[in-house]
Amino acid sequence: MLNTFMQSRLRGLVILALILVILPAFLGNPFHYELVTQMAIIAATVVGLNLLVGFAGQISLGHAGFFGLGAYFTGIATGTYGWSSVPALVVGAIVVGAIAWIVGRPILRLKGHYLSMATLAVGFIIAIILNNERALTGGPDGMPVPAFEIFGWELSAFGRYSLFGITIEGFQAWYIFASVVLLVAVWFALNLIESPIGRALRSVHGSEVAASVVGVNTAKYKSLVFVISAIYASLMGSLYAHFQGFITPAVASFEFSILFITMVVLGGMGSTFGVILGAVVLKLLPQVLADFQELEHVMFGLILMLTMIFMPKGLLPTLTAFVSKKMRKKAGGEA
Amino acid sequence: MLAEFLQYLFTGITIGATYALIALGFTLIYNASHVINFAQGEFLMIGGMATVSLTAMGVPMILAVVLAVILAGILGVALQRFAIAPAKQADVVTLIIITIGASIFIRGIAQVVWGKEYHVMQNFSTDQPIEVFGAVLNSQSLWVLGIGAILVVGLVLFFTKTLIGKAILATSMNKEAARLVGIRTQMVLMLAFMVSALLGSVAGIVVAPITFTSYDIGIILGLKGFVAAAIGGLGSGVGAVVGGLSLGIVEAMAAGYISSDYKDAVAFSMILLVLFFMPRGLFGAKVVERV
Amino acid sequence: MFKTVIRRAGKCAAVAAAGLMMMSAQAAEPIKIGSFLSVTGPASFLGDPELKTLEMYVEKINEEGGVLGRQLELIHYDDVGNASSARNFASRLIRSDQVDIIVGGSTTGATMAAVPLIEQAEVPFISLAGAVVITNPVKKWVFKTPQTDRMAAERILTDMKDRGITKFGLISGTGGFGSSGRTQTLEVAEAMGMEVVADVTYSGSDTDMTAQLTNIRNTSGVEAVLNFGFGQGPAIVTRNYAQLGMELPFYQSHGVASDSFLELAGSSAEGLRLPASPLLVPDSLPNDDPQKEVVQNYKAEYEARWDSKVSTFGAYAYDGLMLAVRAMEEAGSTDPEAVRNALENIQGYVGVTGVFNMSPEDHNGLDPDSFRILEVQNGEWKLID
Repeated sequence: MLNTFMQSRLRGLVILALILVILPAFLGNPFHYELVTQMAIIAATVVGLNLLVGFAGQISLGHAGFFGLGAYFTGIATGTYGWSSVPALVVGAIVVGAIAWIVGRPILRLKGHYLSMATLAVGFIIAIILNNERALTGGPDGMPVPAFEIFGWELSAFGRYSLFGITIEGFQAWYIFASVVLLVAVWFALNLIESPIGRALRSVHGSEVAASVVGVNTAKYKSLVFVISAIYASLMGSLYAHFQGFITPAVASFEFSILFITMVVLGGMGSTFGVILGAVVLKLLPQVLADFQELEHVMFGLILMLTMIFMPKGLLPTLTAFVSKKMRKKAGGEA
Repeated sequence: MLAEFLQYLFTGITIGATYALIALGFTLIYNASHVINFAQGEFLMIGGMATVSLTAMGVPMILAVVLAVILAGILGVALQRFAIAPAKQADVVTLIIITIGASIFIRGIAQVVWGKEYHVMQNFSTDQPIEVFGAVLNSQSLWVLGIGAILVVGLVLFFTKTLIGKAILATSMNKEAARLVGIRTQMVLMLAFMVSALLGSVAGIVVAPITFTSYDIGIILGLKGFVAAAIGGLGSGVGAVVGGLSLGIVEAMAAGYISSDYKDAVAFSMILLVLFFMPRGLFGAKVVERV
Repeated sequence: MFKTVIRRAGKCAAVAAAGLMMMSAQAAEPIKIGSFLSVTGPASFLGDPELKTLEMYVEKINEEGGVLGRQLELIHYDDVGNASSARNFASRLIRSDQVDIIVGGSTTGATMAAVPLIEQAEVPFISLAGAVVITNPVKKWVFKTPQTDRMAAERILTDMKDRGITKFGLISGTGGFGSSGRTQTLEVAEAMGMEVVADVTYSGSDTDMTAQLTNIRNTSGVEAVLNFGFGQGPAIVTRNYAQLGMELPFYQSHGVASDSFLELAGSSAEGLRLPASPLLVPDSLPNDDPQKEVVQNYKAEYEARWDSKVSTFGAYAYDGLMLAVRAMEEAGSTDPEAVRNALENIQGYVGVTGVFNMSPEDHNGLDPDSFRILEVQNGEWKLID
């Protein structure tokens, strides 16, 4: 019993790892590597957001605010004050987590659309501050961010590294780094979901009243998962800033928040691997649609609408349901 | 001092009236279907842009306005029929994403058909501003307020005096019960979207002389409308009007007295404050969660 | 409406035909010119004329035999005014499309986001964005064609001083252009001994700036008002200014130097001044002005081809493309290092925006005098200085 349970939890992770190992065979040039690296960072962010949206059932329309805070904390600490990357990343995450905890307490009392509204407001306020505090953030034109640095060793997308006698390019090193980060992020999320905390969360999603009646401290768990997802966003924002080398307040914008939540919903709320697929699709789509020129936005809107209308549960859950139905039919036919 | 205050107040009320009209559109659709329609701003855009482009083609203003409003109405019905109705089993967030997709789609088409430039619409009456105690008021602001007031009164009458209006209300309260008493709920929902679109497009037309109009004007106005609706309490008509006006006035006062850099932040902080103390907005109904 | 649709269909056909022709006529590898522009989104009034300009002149150059005996191929992406997409598309141009040179970057944010990558990849880059930070400090691979916002501020403040104004109110947009313009204006004012007595802002999506203007009007000592911003915002500011009955001398920045601004602002724009390239007043230029012919030709060709008014912003792309072509011709190859060196040494290139004299210390090559001060009189631009 426990064995199969462990298997099912690890199975997805192993498949994801395999995909990440095989993927470079299909990447033609450094730009492809970059794109996939960005996908991995964004995907890890959405895995965190999914804990809040998919499991606790709380909608956030301001998550880019936390992502942006993380990115700017890193940018300012490493760029302006010469901190090393890792302390900046960690302290940034702690600060953002604390902010999330402080604003989360009152906000999470709200229900449904009012909660969305409040998170939207928090996101907007963060974006406005980043935009206006020019002395600190460089204002709307943004600020440069130094390369990621660990123990005096710099990870730059343009460098070249020798590891155990194998020479790899900087963009490949970033790809490997981002892949590992994504795997860790997924592993942590999966563990959390299967822990007692995760079960409590799902009960909140099901019915908050029922959950509190049977003694689940709903407020505590909601705050906890809000903070965790904000920390995910902050950490990934920091990495994103290092990788991009330049950030503007757009990383904290409402559009970005909407993009995050769209990734979750499109990929499949509540499915950790589904939301990764959502991130991949929505990162890839603009690149694919760039060739349509003027019709790019029309196509994007249409695809988004049709997918959600015909697959309201999201891409991955719909696809797996479809496949397993086929398989069951096949098995039934053989028997 | 008084002149200054009045000036901010006039500015705030004009912007606020616009927000209120958009918020009413949100409220209408929310009441009928519990959908938050993020494409609401696009109805405004259609109203303004269609009127401008039709008049540029030589269509008389009045006819252009009527055609633009009809176009928006058709769009509203189509949105409900082809995007919302087929997904009725979907989650609330999923419906939000569908309306976001719809708004990107509509905006994309508008951009291809009408181009990306901003357009001017002439004031309905004189360009000469009106002076009151040292503050000036754009004559178009009176049109916005007047037409806004007429629409609000019209809506109230529609919901209390007409059978169709009552049917929409009944459907919003209890869909199953409404169906049992013989209301064709699908028809009613389409109607709600249509009325909401009409409202939005009229708002888009009356404010166009003040704000200009372009294919992407709906994004931010739609968002502000949502904010106004939430402050007032989703689903409350009075709330939408009060929410819209207060949002506009707070923005203008903040820009004038506090900091123009942070006026939007002040407005958003106000929202948080309202929600902290009144979790269902100013006029939101207390809803009992079914277990 | 129909006309637009038909025109667009025609354009598609033309592009397809050009594509076919190129395939057959192609002997040598084409020279790849990459571009990322804000063709849609809030900065589309920059990116749209820029793209149109690049498209038409790449076509024209190809009809005339190309550059170095090779055809030009334009590869462009729309960054929607978003800096991170700009960076990604720059990466795609360099690493996937392997372009020889990049002419693009409609906004400062988009340009600066791409700069670290471009510097690392060592590809010549001509930016079409305004802020002074792009070329100051000088970056080895980065050039730009528009005058800096600092020059605009200098030119405006000098004109104010000539009129005896020393205290003025500043209203600026919170977007990249307005924000950077504000910073430069404050610095220049201090250097010139002038005083900014009121300093207010508005965000790009605001629909009414009466409150901010009232604030300026009620500040004591204001002798003039300057608005630094672009998009539709300044047009609203201009209208609100007139509605409030404000009669102080009013200045706008080069961010609104286009005929569409006059259309939006209407009679409210009467009497305002701004710095602009001579493109808006080609016929008022004296005959011995070296730019006269270039400016007139560009205006005529653009308006004939696109059936819409020229804007100063399209001219930035014109100058960018022509500088790129000239550099490649002088270098005799598309070798990045050689092209870059040639770009850095271009002297006396007469463009639409101004006369460019590049140097290792100056990757912009323009001086403040390339801006002309224009005034709106009877609904038209008039050359003042």
